[in-house]
Amino acid sequence: MSDLAILGSILAAMFAAATPLLFAALGELVVEKSGVLNLGVEGMMLVGAVCGFAVTVQTGSATTGLVVAALAGAATSSLFALLTLFLLANQVATGLALTLFGVGLSALIGQGFVGIPLEGLPKLNIPGLTDLPVVGQALFGQDILVYLAIAAVPLVHLFLYHSRAGLVLRAVGENHTAAHALGYKVLRIRFLAVLFGGAMAGLGGAFLSMDYTPMWAENMTSGRGWIALALVVFATWKPARVMLGAWLFGGVTILQLHVQGMGVEVPSQLLSMLPYLATVLVLVLISRDVARIRLNAPASLGKLFHPDA
Amino acid sequence: MSLLRLEPRGQASKAMVYATPLLAVALTLASGFILFLLLGFDPLKALYAFFVAPLTSTRGVGELIVKATPLVLCAVGLAIGFRANVWNIGAEGQLTIGAITGGGLALAFYGDGGWWLLPLMVIGGAAGGAAWAAVPAFLRLRFNASEILTSLMLNYVALLLLNYLVHGPFRDPDGFAFPESRLFEADAVMPILWSGTRVHLGALFALLAVAGGWVLMARTFIGFQIKVIGLTPAAAGYAGFDQKRIIWFALLLSGALAGLAGMGEVAGPIGQINASISPGYGYTAIIVAFLGRLHPVGILLAGLLMALSFIGGEAAQIAMNLPKAITGVFQGMLLFFLLASDVLIRYRVRFGARRAVA
Repeated sequence: MSDLAILGSILAAMFAAATPLLFAALGELVVEKSGVLNLGVEGMMLVGAVCGFAVTVQTGSATTGLVVAALAGAATSSLFALLTLFLLANQVATGLALTLFGVGLSALIGQGFVGIPLEGLPKLNIPGLTDLPVVGQALFGQDILVYLAIAAVPLVHLFLYHSRAGLVLRAVGENHTAAHALGYKVLRIRFLAVLFGGAMAGLGGAFLSMDYTPMWAENMTSGRGWIALALVVFATWKPARVMLGAWLFGGVTILQLHVQGMGVEVPSQLLSMLPYLATVLVLVLISRDVARIRLNAPASLGKLFHPDA
Repeated sequence: MSLLRLEPRGQASKAMVYATPLLAVALTLASGFILFLLLGFDPLKALYAFFVAPLTSTRGVGELIVKATPLVLCAVGLAIGFRANVWNIGAEGQLTIGAITGGGLALAFYGDGGWWLLPLMVIGGAAGGAAWAAVPAFLRLRFNASEILTSLMLNYVALLLLNYLVHGPFRDPDGFAFPESRLFEADAVMPILWSGTRVHLGALFALLAVAGGWVLMARTFIGFQIKVIGLTPAAAGYAGFDQKRIIWFALLLSGALAGLAGMGEVAGPIGQINASISPGYGYTAIIVAFLGRLHPVGILLAGLLMALSFIGGEAAQIAMNLPKAITGVFQGMLLFFLLASDVLIRYRVRFGARRAVA
């Protein structure tokens, strides 16, 4: 392959690697904007991944698979919502529980599906454009989910900052007592936000199992749910920055794979550490500015709300 | 008004603190019954194979203790952190590093060990785990980075490091390229406490950790500070408690205990370093800590129960071909039910419409 062709394929792979992170992080961003911290992203992604995969294998319809993946993610998140919103359980502990449960449940559902290959989603092909050097494959040769994830960025932004519903959601996240006093249904709004986060995480997981590496393996998200959580902080709760962050991580992941592929004399396991170390690094870089985090983080994030109290 | 509502209790119910774990276990068993039914297994037979059969032999009881050992060690440390709102979820990584540093000493002194080697490994394992936990502590205090995310990321890094080591520097030079180290020599192996089983010295360490954890929380000033910081951080601030020191303390202690657990695994039941030291002890320990009410004695009981879910999963897989993944589902369900029923500690469930307040 020529250098340009390699660059083109790296770019294309970077967008693809960023997609699951983008889905999951955008969903979590909306959840956190409503004042809820759901640490169960990894678990919801896994459930979405296995359900999407299993349904696609069974029905042969990827569309059905994707819909079911989103629904499965939302259903998983509803457990979290039930516990934290209505039974007033600690959000950190419940989020951890959701991840542990999701790991187990997805392994149980997926046990009959290990080793089955899947074709993956069809890729866009526009004669002329897709064949463009360098950017052709990256911009015009992806599948529907990659475009959907990117399209979700302005949509989430429009919803949060230019719609009445988004304003209410942010108000609930900033000060749930005041929002409640104004007559907004704090719990209902948060419940819907959590469901949205679950559906997005489910889609992110399904992208992994149905397209990125079209197969099912236990724990196949390998920490992407947690990286998505870090991305939300990195983005200081702004949708456009989530996209930048996701591309950055997609880039690190792909670069690391390419370095391995080029036969560089570094053990593959050490290179595989890079995305995780990069996550720690960006967290440190962004969190050190305490004032900025405090300014941008939803003020009621992680706090429990009981309408009678 | 809804038919069902929650009414705050004037005071947290002490009885419920102890009752909800039992309620959660009962609900988990009931759900397990339904789950087995849905999967097409005889639910009573499956529950028996899972939770009773493993305890009917000496070997089974021994295995229970073997599996509870790392769980209790990790959970005692985690619980102390959780009490102070320090969310170390990196026990899995700290355990792995403890296995690497403790077990690495066994390999480094292979062939010229002595009585001193095992104590050295104990210290090395604890120090390795503590050092790994020091990273999130430092990043939290110096850079305000969430210890939840950093400690979790380091789990993946630790596992990859272990994987690299057993494929490279630690690999048995006389082996057949299997990703595992030499078998440790007798000097580097934990003594067996109960002959006929694999119960090893680590079990004693776990009991000591329980006792030490209890003394720390109930009888020392630092334990008092931890509790105050966890309950009302503002009050701790007014009292002039050094929160930074508590965060350091909680993370280093839990890291050291997890590291000790990891060292105990490689020098105990495993007897070498390989790529699969832990079936997720560090994560399950989080459940153990909560189920045990963040109390050392509770953790001991919870650790035994969760150990049962591990060996029950294996036994049921062999006996009835039940999928092993059920273990994870049970563990997750248990924590869910516990967190859900904990609402009863601070609230009463009331039926019917709200009474007029007198």
